Amino acid sequence: MPRPIAQEDDQGLVAALCRGDADAFALLVDRHSPAMVRVAMAYVPSRAAAEEVVQETWISVMRGIDRFEGRSSLKTWIFRILTNVAMRVGGRERRSMPFSALAEAERTTEPSVDPDRFLPADHQLFPGHWAIMPARWPTPEEGLLAGETREVIAAAIAELPEAQRTVIALRDVEGWSSDEVCEALEISAGNQRILLHRARSRVRNAIESYYGAVEEIDYDAVTAELMRDTARKEADTE
Amino acid sequence: MTDYLEGALPVAEARRLERHLETCPGCTEYLEQMRTIAGSLGGLSEDTISVEMRDRLIDAFRGFRKG
Repeated sequence: MPRPIAQEDDQGLVAALCRGDADAFALLVDRHSPAMVRVAMAYVPSRAAAEEVVQETWISVMRGIDRFEGRSSLKTWIFRILTNVAMRVGGRERRSMPFSALAEAERTTEPSVDPDRFLPADHQLFPGHWAIMPARWPTPEEGLLAGETREVIAAAIAELPEAQRTVIALRDVEGWSSDEVCEALEISAGNQRILLHRARSRVRNAIESYYGAVEEIDYDAVTAELMRDTARKEADTE
Repeated sequence: MTDYLEGALPVAEARRLERHLETCPGCTEYLEQMRTIAGSLGGLSEDTISVEMRDRLIDAFRGFRKG
């Protein structure tokens, strides 16, 4: 599905808004509201509260557009207002951490792939090698979002911790660039990558589980198989 | 892996990863799956606001910014 192309025509839009052009405002509302709801939900406990935040933000935007100086992009400006409103509303409902604090609170050392999937580090022949490889996914032509896999993925994303969910939604669902996400959420590129990686890993694990249970690992059998493969490859190259 | 997909790995490490991928079908498949996820989620967006809210906002705009 094609993603909307980022519009560079901030100046034109701002001028239209200042002139009272309702179509321009509608365009802006349609373009940004989904991501705004998404971000607001990282700060407030319910969807209803998130929509309240988005509404309040748009009111602030229409009131303050005359004062927009173009020092940042229009989108960044809108999202800064949003995060401020969200933290204030979240504060009323006792959840007003800046995003970086939220991300920090969710830090985990859980590995992205179950360590049992690999041969042990002290394995004599193939230390750290995949014991059970990721199996090729039987993805239909329509892609990952067809049918039941769509539900699996949506559920996996819904279960992610807040900060991870927000980042994967903005990057992979809404199509924002890394810079845009870092600017809107005020986190470093490195932190953003960590959150993105963890989020994508969990989604990958969910899809893999859906496609087929991973069996009990018989390390001896795996080792024997790897040895046969290696011997075969060596025989081929002689 | 995500650092690699983001273009954030130092060149030497990226090359090392690529050399590893040449002989490791497991990691190659894993990377491909991560890439697929990154590219496939665009159709999931369900966070649109309600039509009622949208209309309210646009009416408010009209009322507020009457010429």
